[in-house]
Amino acid sequence: MESQEKLPVGHAVTLPPRPDSGNGHDPTALGTRNTVEVEIRDVCLSYDGTTQTLKHINMDIAKGQVTAFIGPSGCGKSTLLRCLNRLNDLIDGCTTSGSIIVGGIQILDRTLDVTELRKRVGMVFQKPNPFPKTIYENVAYGPRVLGIHNKAQLDDIVEKSLRSAALWEEAKDRLHDNALGLSGGQHQRLCIARTIAVEPEVVLMDEPCSALDPIATTKIEELIHELKKQYTIVIVTHNMQQAARVSDFTAFMYLGELIEFGKTEKLFTTPEKQATEDYITGRFG
Amino acid sequence: MFKGFLRSGDPFIWMTGGTLAFSLLMIAALIWIVGANALGFFWPDQLRAVDLQDGNKLLGAIRTQEAIPQSVGEGQEQYRTQFQVANRDLYGSDFRWVDDSLMTGHAFPEQVIYLERYEWGPFFGFLTTVRQDGEIVAEGFDQAWPKFLELHARTQATLDDIHTIEKKDIGDINYDLEQLRIEVKRTQRRETDPARAAEKVVALEQEIASWQQVYEEKAQELAALYQENSRYHITVQDINGKEKELAIAGVVRGFLPNNMNWLERLGLYVTRFWEFFWEDPREANTEGGVFPAIFGTVMMVIIMSIVVVPFGVVAALYLREYAKQGPLVRAVRIAVNNLAGVPSIVFGVFGLGFFVYMIGGTLDQLFYQDSLPTPTYGTGGILWASLTLALLTVPVVIVATEESLSAIPREWREGSLALGATKWETLRKIVIPGALPGILTGTILAMARGAGEVAPLMITGVVKLAPTLPVDGHWPFFHLERKFMHLGFHIYDVGFQSPNVEAAKPMVFMTTLLLIVIVIALNLAAIAIRNRLRSRLRFDAF
Repeated sequence: MESQEKLPVGHAVTLPPRPDSGNGHDPTALGTRNTVEVEIRDVCLSYDGTTQTLKHINMDIAKGQVTAFIGPSGCGKSTLLRCLNRLNDLIDGCTTSGSIIVGGIQILDRTLDVTELRKRVGMVFQKPNPFPKTIYENVAYGPRVLGIHNKAQLDDIVEKSLRSAALWEEAKDRLHDNALGLSGGQHQRLCIARTIAVEPEVVLMDEPCSALDPIATTKIEELIHELKKQYTIVIVTHNMQQAARVSDFTAFMYLGELIEFGKTEKLFTTPEKQATEDYITGRFG
Repeated sequence: MFKGFLRSGDPFIWMTGGTLAFSLLMIAALIWIVGANALGFFWPDQLRAVDLQDGNKLLGAIRTQEAIPQSVGEGQEQYRTQFQVANRDLYGSDFRWVDDSLMTGHAFPEQVIYLERYEWGPFFGFLTTVRQDGEIVAEGFDQAWPKFLELHARTQATLDDIHTIEKKDIGDINYDLEQLRIEVKRTQRRETDPARAAEKVVALEQEIASWQQVYEEKAQELAALYQENSRYHITVQDINGKEKELAIAGVVRGFLPNNMNWLERLGLYVTRFWEFFWEDPREANTEGGVFPAIFGTVMMVIIMSIVVVPFGVVAALYLREYAKQGPLVRAVRIAVNNLAGVPSIVFGVFGLGFFVYMIGGTLDQLFYQDSLPTPTYGTGGILWASLTLALLTVPVVIVATEESLSAIPREWREGSLALGATKWETLRKIVIPGALPGILTGTILAMARGAGEVAPLMITGVVKLAPTLPVDGHWPFFHLERKFMHLGFHIYDVGFQSPNVEAAKPMVFMTTLLLIVIVIALNLAAIAIRNRLRSRLRFDAF
C-alpha cells in the first residue's frame, strides 16, 4: 500500500490523474468522440479504517453511454457505484478519499448537499424495492420530494416515466393499486420509472436483473438500450453476457482495483490483462 | 426402536403440542370459571321453602352443595347445602348452611316475593299488608301485591326527582358556591386597595347568600319529596312468620320468583345486566352497578395512551434512527428494557412523590392558591394515575417501536434516499408508515397492561367510591384532578374489603369478567386498526 492516509467521509482531495498509478490502464480510454460525464480520480475507500475496499480507482464515464462494472463478488464494484451518489455515507465509519466529479461538480466535497446530488444521480437497486404505496405514489415520490405538488404536472410525470420504463401499458389501469401487487420484473421497471421521474443525469444500476427471470431480464436490457439515449448509465452486473450485450464500456475490477477499462468489444475480445481474460473466460470468479 | 423414536423428534413435538394445549386449557378454565360464576348472578332463581326437622322452615335459593368434611371416610358421605336466605336485617347473615339430613321436604310457594332493597340486601318472604299514612289500604296477597306495585312505581318516580335535585341542582349550587368562596379568597389576596377589596367581598358575599337562599329552597323541596315517600309502607313476613315493616321507597324492585315464566325471567336478567353497566354502586359497592368504574378505567387508559404513544414513539425514533449506535445507546436500551421489569408499585410510589407531591403541589402553589389548604392537583387524581401508568408502559412502546423500525427493509430507506429525499422525509413518508402496525402492537400491549394494573393506582388517585365522574357539565368539562374508580381496584375492594364477602362474591366475578371483556375489547379494536393498516402495507409479492 503506497498510500494509507485515512480521510473522513466526503473529504475531497483532488489529485492530478496519475498515468502510472500502478493499475496500468488509461483513464481516458473513452476516445475523442465522447464527453466525460463522471471523472473518478484516485478514489480509495475503506469501510472500517484498516482494510481498503477500493484502491486508487481512476476512470472516466462517458456521457450517454452504458458503462458496466464486472468482477467477482467482493471486488468493490457495487461500492464504487454507491460512491457515485454517496450512498456509502449511510455506513458508519466509511471513509472515502480522492476525487469524483459529476457534471463538473466535486461530489466528495463534504459541504455538498447530497440530496441535490442524488436527484442528479439516480439509482436502481439489486432487489426491486418499490415502496408499499400505490404505483402512482411510487413514481410521484421523487417529484414530490422535489416540491412538485401540482396534480396535472404529477400526472404528466408519472405517465411519461412509466412510458419510458415500458410499464405504462401494463400499469395504466391500476395506477392506484398497491405497487406490491406487481410481478418481480414489473417491480424493477417501476423502480426504473421512479428513478427517471426526477430526470437525473446519471442512472446507477446495481445488478438490476439478478432477482429476475430471463424474460424480465430481456425487457430490462431493452429498456437500458432505450434509456441511454437520454441518460448516462452505469451498471454493475455479474452476468458477462449481459455486460457484453448492453454496455459500451466495461470496467473489470478485482480485489478493489480497477484491472482493465475500455470499450466493451475490445475488453471481451482482446483483453490486455491475463486476469481479465481468465475472468471472462470463466477460469475464476 | 426407542432410539429411533427419540431421534425422530416425535417426543419433542408431543411436548411442544402438549405445552400449548395445557396453556390453552388454563386460559379456557380461567374464562369458564369467571364466566360461570359471573353470568348466573343476575338470573332470578326460584325460591325453595324447605321444611326442617326441628319444625322450622327456611326460604332461599340453593347456592352450592358439598360433602360435610368429617363425614368423608365413614363409608357414607353426607352432604350439606348452602342457601341464600337473604333478610340480613332479620337473620344477621345472607347465607345459611343446612345438612341435607335435616331437611324433610320442600315446596315452591307461588306467593313468595323477592324484594331488592337499597339497604340490607334482598328480602325473601310474603307480603301481608300495604299501608298509607299508617292506615292499612290493602290486605292479603291478592289485594296487596297490585297495590304494592302501584305505590312502588309512584315512589320510584319521586325517587328519580329526588335524585335529580340532589345530584344536579344541589350539585350545581355547591359548585357555584365553592367557586364564589374561592373568588372571595382571591379578592382578599390580590386586591391591594383595602376599600375596593371590602366592597368586592361584600358583593360576592351577597351573591353567596342569594345562592344559599336557592339552596334552602331546594332543600325544602327535597324534604317534601322525602316526606311524600315516607307515607307508604308494607308489612312483610318471613317464612317463619316474623314480621317486618318496610318503606316502599326503600325497595328497588319486587317480583314473584316462583311465579314467572322464562321470558319474564330473561327480561329481568337483561334489566339487571343493564343496571350493572349503567348504575352507580350501592351498599359499599356490593350491589348496584359499576358504571363509574368502567368510565374511570376506560378514561384512564385513553389518557395514558394519548401520553405514552407519542412519547414512546418519538423516543424510539431517536434511539433507532438518529442516535449514534454505540455503548451509550446500548446501555440506554438495556435500561429501558429493565424499566419494563420494575415492580409496578415502585412506579406508584414514584408517581406519588413526583407527580402528586412535586408537580401537583407546585401547580397548587402557583395556580390554585385560593383553594388551599384543600389540594387541587396536589392529591391523587386521574391525570396523575394515567401519567404514572404511562411511565410504567413507555418501555413496552419503545421496545415495540424500535423493533418495528428495525424491521423496515434497508432497501426502502435507500430507495427513498437515492431519490433525493432527506432522512426526515424518508422517515416521515416511508419508515414511520411502514412501522405503524408494529407501533400499534406496542400500543395494544401497553393498553392491556395499563388497564389491568391496580397497585400503582391505589396510591395515585383511585378511590373506593368517587362522588363525581372526571367528566361533567362544568367548564372545562374534563376534571383531570378528580379521583376516580377503577375496575381492578373495584374487584379488590369488593372482594376483600367489603363487610359481606359472601354476598359480594358474584359481584367480584362479574366485575372480573367485565375487566377481561374491556381489555379484550381494547385489544381487538387496536388489532382491527393494525390489520387495516397492514393490509395497506401488504408485502405479498415476495
